[in-house]
Amino acid sequence: MPVIVNNEKCTGCETCLSSCPFDAIVLKDGKAYINEYCNACMTCLSVCPEGAITETGARTQGAELKQKLEEYKDVLIFAEQKDGRVVSVSFELLGAGKRLADELGTKLMAVLLGAGEPEARELIKWGADKVIVCSDPELEKFNDDVYSEVLSRIINEQKPTIVLAGATPIGRSFIPRVAAKLRTGLTADCTSLEIDKETKHLLQVRPAFGGNIMATILCPDYRPQMATVRPRVMKRGEYNAGRTGEIVSVNFENIKSRTKVIEFIKEVSEVSVNLHEADIIVAGGRGIGGEKGYKMLSELAEAMGGAVGASRAAVDEGWIPYSHQVGQTGKTVNPKIYVACGISGAVQHLVGMQSSDVIIAINKNTEAPIFNVATYGIVGDLFEIVPLLTRKIREVKNL
Amino acid sequence: MNIIVCIKQVPDTAEIRINPETNTLMREGVPSIINPFDLHAIEAGIKIREQLGGKVTVLTMGPPQAETSLREAISMGADEAVLLSDRAFAGSDTWATSYTLAKAIKKLGADIIFCGKQAIDGDTAQVGPETAEFLDVPHISYIRKIAEVKDNYLRVERLMDEGYDIVESSLPVLLTVVRELNQPRLPSLKGKMSAKKAEIRKMGMADIGADENSLGLKGSPTQVKNIFAPEVKAERKMIEGTPEEQVDNLIKELKEIKCV
Repeated sequence: MPVIVNNEKCTGCETCLSSCPFDAIVLKDGKAYINEYCNACMTCLSVCPEGAITETGARTQGAELKQKLEEYKDVLIFAEQKDGRVVSVSFELLGAGKRLADELGTKLMAVLLGAGEPEARELIKWGADKVIVCSDPELEKFNDDVYSEVLSRIINEQKPTIVLAGATPIGRSFIPRVAAKLRTGLTADCTSLEIDKETKHLLQVRPAFGGNIMATILCPDYRPQMATVRPRVMKRGEYNAGRTGEIVSVNFENIKSRTKVIEFIKEVSEVSVNLHEADIIVAGGRGIGGEKGYKMLSELAEAMGGAVGASRAAVDEGWIPYSHQVGQTGKTVNPKIYVACGISGAVQHLVGMQSSDVIIAINKNTEAPIFNVATYGIVGDLFEIVPLLTRKIREVKNL
Repeated sequence: MNIIVCIKQVPDTAEIRINPETNTLMREGVPSIINPFDLHAIEAGIKIREQLGGKVTVLTMGPPQAETSLREAISMGADEAVLLSDRAFAGSDTWATSYTLAKAIKKLGADIIFCGKQAIDGDTAQVGPETAEFLDVPHISYIRKIAEVKDNYLRVERLMDEGYDIVESSLPVLLTVVRELNQPRLPSLKGKMSAKKAEIRKMGMADIGADENSLGLKGSPTQVKNIFAPEVKAERKMIEGTPEEQVDNLIKELKEIKCV
């Protein structure tokens, strides 16, 4: 295990047992024992009054390595495009990237593949100091082999200390390849990015363990520090039409691809459009008890003029189709009103909806974490509340 | 066709509860399951073997008790199982995990490698693509349909936002799969019998010829700095009373903020 208990020092006081976020320490023969659930978070090291718990494989960071780290300076974002247009999450990354670059006192760079200079200029107006653009028509369509090779080469040349990309289907597919090529860390789906005041390392916060808890992740000994961010999590920066910056055009040769996209077939599910555009979402979780509950929610959604969402629990049970799922493994939404019915509120779900303007939680369990993010909370039986609410809303709206 | 399916044993995250006093996980009674996405990967591997012949090997990296998940995969129809287990692997992040898996896959040899899109405990979706990079093979993510497989070629559908791509690739290739791909079969009685008797091959650091500095905590670029409980929204308003009163008051509130 990454941490070890010195049995001679351990008094069996059990202090560490309750400190472990992963429930990975048990008492064995009166001594603390760390089992395979250990996630190497090192929380127990500081709580042990006897100093009996230590790290086993001490991390070494030589002077040479440190010097190498200092060569890495700027913040770089990957600006994703689709059909030649920069996609929305890229502007959000510029917002987050600008804040980090300002804090570090460095430049903000953007990499744009498969689009032209007009788009590059837009990125500058949204905060980039320098845009590296590769307008090769080969890059217009996404390809894992080619994108990962090109981005890795650019990173190796530019040596940014931070690299951010959108946690879109494209980003989630090829950015891990880039991290593997560069022998560096990558943190998925960050919900917050800050610079540590002392060390200047990037503090990357993400939901962990099925989203039940939050974890702060560091990448102290390798560069760049890479992270993906889900769309609609970070705020866009300020748009300044008069802002100027540098545009560098690059071209690459000898990049081969072993895969080929033959065709893209558009198939927009109505559900998905509705969820992203809806002002009101009525969502159901385990508490809806079955497909009948889904029907009840649909009626409320119809009365309110909204769409139907679901938590992973309701989807896993097979009550609501996956296309309705909101959360870490589903969609991120931010409607004006989000009505959570029978949803307990695991962080995995919360990260997908907590930026909604008004959250109404209906749950029979007073302790349900969903109430922690709710604007209005109703403790009660949703099979009573929801039909009543449907009827009264219809009355108000004169339907 | 040599097919390797990478699987992960995970706690059923839907069953996990948090200790409200210490904000720590409570594992007692939480069942360990095969990561749900990996079940679709196993099914995909078996289907191709049924069509073209060959062998399906399930591979997992984890503690000794992950063996139960491997036996479950055999009961579904996998031919062989390999458990990558070594104390040196403990504390691996996605980089070190992918490095380790790739080392083992190179040793075993494969034409097609399947992974679930992501594991439900980490939700990173990184291990598939990173493993492909370490193997120096192409990968295609989010496979929702396997249209054609030949000796040195395959064509698949990749699920994207607003539609899907038809993608072709040479072999070997690594594919990560989504739920839409198939319906995982249930273990057969015969499968359960073979699972009981099956020999699970165990491999450690020395067996896969891995560099110690790239393994486990030591080889992992990322570190967990701390763990904390999610924030609580301050301005919450609980609406009390009979169901009738609760609904009336809610509508009143919504009218006030002009939401109805």
